[in-house]
Amino acid sequence: MSNKSWAAALAAAACALSGCAALEAKPPPAPAIRFNEDPYPSTYVRYPGVPTLIRGATILDGEGHQLDRGDILIADGVIKAVEPNLMVPEETTVIDGTGKYVTPGIIDVHSHLGDYPSPGVSSLSDGNEATSPVRPEVWAEHSVWPQDPGFSRALVNGGVTTMQILPGSANLFGGRSVVLKNVPARTTQGMKFPGAPYGLKMACGENPKRVYGSKGNMPQTRMGNIALTRDAWIKATAYKRKWDKYYAKGGDMPERDLAMDTLKGVLDGKILVQNHCYRADEMAIMIDMAKEFGYRVTAFHHAVEAYKIADLLAANDICAVMWADWYGFKMESYDAIKENIPLVHNAGACAIVHSDDPNYIQRLNQEAAKALADGIRAGIPNLSEAVAWEWLSRNPAKALGILDKTGTLAIGKMADVVMWNGDPFSDYTRPQMVWIDGALMYDMNDPKKRPVSDFELGQPGEGDTK
Amino acid sequence: MIRAIVSALLVAAAAPVAAQTFAITGGTVALGDGSQPIQNGVVVVRDGRIVAAGDVRMKLPAGTQVIDATGKWVTPGIVAGFSRLGLAEVDLTASQEEGGGRSDTSGAADDTTSNGPFNAAIDVVPAINPMDTTIAVNRADGVTRALVAPSAGKNIFAGQGAVIDTAADMQPVTAARKFQFVELGETGAGNAGGSRASAHIMFRNALREAAELRRYAPSIAAARGQAPDAREQMVVRNPNESRVYSADARRSDDVLLTRFDAAALVPVLQGRQYLLVHVERASDILQVLELKREFPALKIVIVGGSEGWMVADRIAQAGIPVIASAVNDLPASFEQIAATQSNVGRMKSAGVNVSIGMIDDNDTRNLFMERQYAANLVALQRVPGAAGVSWGDALAMITSRPAQAIGMGGEIGSLAPGRRADVVIWSGDPLEGTSAAEQVYIDGVRQPLETHQTRLFERYRYLPRRELPEAYRH
Repeated sequence: MSNKSWAAALAAAACALSGCAALEAKPPPAPAIRFNEDPYPSTYVRYPGVPTLIRGATILDGEGHQLDRGDILIADGVIKAVEPNLMVPEETTVIDGTGKYVTPGIIDVHSHLGDYPSPGVSSLSDGNEATSPVRPEVWAEHSVWPQDPGFSRALVNGGVTTMQILPGSANLFGGRSVVLKNVPARTTQGMKFPGAPYGLKMACGENPKRVYGSKGNMPQTRMGNIALTRDAWIKATAYKRKWDKYYAKGGDMPERDLAMDTLKGVLDGKILVQNHCYRADEMAIMIDMAKEFGYRVTAFHHAVEAYKIADLLAANDICAVMWADWYGFKMESYDAIKENIPLVHNAGACAIVHSDDPNYIQRLNQEAAKALADGIRAGIPNLSEAVAWEWLSRNPAKALGILDKTGTLAIGKMADVVMWNGDPFSDYTRPQMVWIDGALMYDMNDPKKRPVSDFELGQPGEGDTK
Repeated sequence: MIRAIVSALLVAAAAPVAAQTFAITGGTVALGDGSQPIQNGVVVVRDGRIVAAGDVRMKLPAGTQVIDATGKWVTPGIVAGFSRLGLAEVDLTASQEEGGGRSDTSGAADDTTSNGPFNAAIDVVPAINPMDTTIAVNRADGVTRALVAPSAGKNIFAGQGAVIDTAADMQPVTAARKFQFVELGETGAGNAGGSRASAHIMFRNALREAAELRRYAPSIAAARGQAPDAREQMVVRNPNESRVYSADARRSDDVLLTRFDAAALVPVLQGRQYLLVHVERASDILQVLELKREFPALKIVIVGGSEGWMVADRIAQAGIPVIASAVNDLPASFEQIAATQSNVGRMKSAGVNVSIGMIDDNDTRNLFMERQYAANLVALQRVPGAAGVSWGDALAMITSRPAQAIGMGGEIGSLAPGRRADVVIWSGDPLEGTSAAEQVYIDGVRQPLETHQTRLFERYRYLPRRELPEAYRH
């Protein structure tokens, strides 16, 4: 307690004894001032589009439905209609969708584009603030280099329209994530997805204990990981209590702590926990930890063993973010199986395909295709291409807290749309046109409708699709 | 001639027992030689070798086992053009990107020698574990052979690579010491002390030391006649045996390499062993072409070659094959600024013998990605301004062409008569990631497709609690 609060306590005690009507009434505390929780706000403004109708395409709406020979109308940046035989409104560009597929844009919930950009030189390597295992104070958006040439590949080869950029997993608390529209901009603020909540990157397992344990610091073990993480939540709980009291009663503003601000944001339900965690047993521990401190885990990333506890994930409404067939590159990925994604889906949990890689982000549809095929071959029921597209856009949007804005082709949502030149579950198919908020950002047939980062300007191969 | 016979005998001795005769009929057969697939084709196998394949009409001997592949596709097994298969059960405990750090391989990886005294002399064979789960996983996905190279630790020379099969047996090596692997790009520069200039002078010096050693060493022919001791007999038997032990192998004082390393480069210098050179940058590629002019006997194969399209005509003119990364399109480093998925297609158009490898791309384990990559190159044919490849070429780039690049096209990589019967029956188009390998034959022997992964799936397919824990489901 500060001196001032001691004095107040003593006065109150004196009053209790004497009845003290004579004592002067305490002045009311100063009302609480709320600090700005969005100091680096999105400056993204959608680019102008023309009303566009794609006619006669196979439409996968991201909500489990397939519409054969369907029409889709986008205008004013949003989805206007999806149904067969739409009337053509005036001044609408009509595109023949025969033989094409239309889907929601792919959303990658796990990318390091911008914070581990190309070229991969140390001067640009900004993904891990590996100086302390607890670093919730860092924000990925302050590392993102918007000129990373990887963004354009994700767009033109991958049909990726939204990404979550995460800090790395060297730390137990890696920092805040940022959700970006895949629209090039001079600044990172210019790419920020308006209204998307922040995420908090947490990590279990090998990485934190290796990075710090190898330096002789805590954590050196998994139990060390958990102890340090709980310790941080205990501090965050106290911090939150202090601020809740201040907001309720006013008075002196508590001292701000950037790290605790982020953890308090999680405890307040405003920041979503994106938890790197491979092993089933460790995910179960993290679920209990969330209950211990009263927060939710939104998604387990790299959940290689999610299939072992798919029921637990479903019961706790936690998404599992997975690869189709990566395995064995480290010990905690040793038990990867090819049916992981469909098994998680089949258990009623939220399954997501992710990349964590500037190359795989260009082929997430193909990764989903493999997982779907493996699931069907294994006899897992009720799987289809329409269902599998939920793994690529709807469920990712849910995990990022933006499902009300994008991720499916529902009327009124952002027109983040890809037209593929064939079935996107085939390795022979590529994006033909990509719209973001109704603006055409890529057209396979128009070399001018293709982003080229500053870094690549004037370099050999500048004009390539890539 | 004698050597040829001896090595043929050795090959025969190493091959697994495979006296089966069988025919695969009714499937769509792709030979792997660049041609288009053949409907309702036949593949006939006898004693582990292909007898005939394609649109052939032949009378099958009585008792021939017939495997019906109606509705399926039949191809040669995938040949991983460049890999580290069998060298690492588990890679690093985490990637540099994730953890920022330490290469703690916990005894589960043998792909890089960072602290040993040797470089070019390293022979990857003792490091290969045919029981690695990586081999089983890739076998189950139709990869039947792989070029396996060691990684360069702290020298430009990584050592001698082998060609292996992925069969479920204890004889993985198809050809030992088939090639020497050298880094002459960014990695080479780093390992040579910090510059490409240094890497090149190290390379030339190494060849000089090999040449000097060669002069003092007893000739192979002389040794054959005398056969003075068991160690020298090894030199005689294997054309790629690089260890020159003779006491007469004097060297000058002016040497940098160990004796073993210098000796290992003798067959490279003589063109008896292939030299795989990893370079990405266009100018680095041109430097490699210069090496070929300076040392005409070298049998060079370029590995990587991300900027190859910029100098594709020159590569074609030099007749040097390239084992390229298929879809590498990021300026991941300053030696790959011009990387594009059109690289392979453009080199192919220019007449370069291109095939696909997994250079620095999950090369210890994800070789099954090659067929997906090959399809992606086919897809580029439909992108204006991009350069793709035909379906037949795409399949050839992951079967026969990497084999040809190292002079093994007569043995593996296609369904031409006489080739080793590495045959895969697929559920559909083999270049689609959605297709699965349903039957895999290596040297004519049907292979198990069960893996650690398939067993885990069976165990956890249904989660509800039973009378005993999951550990009892096996």
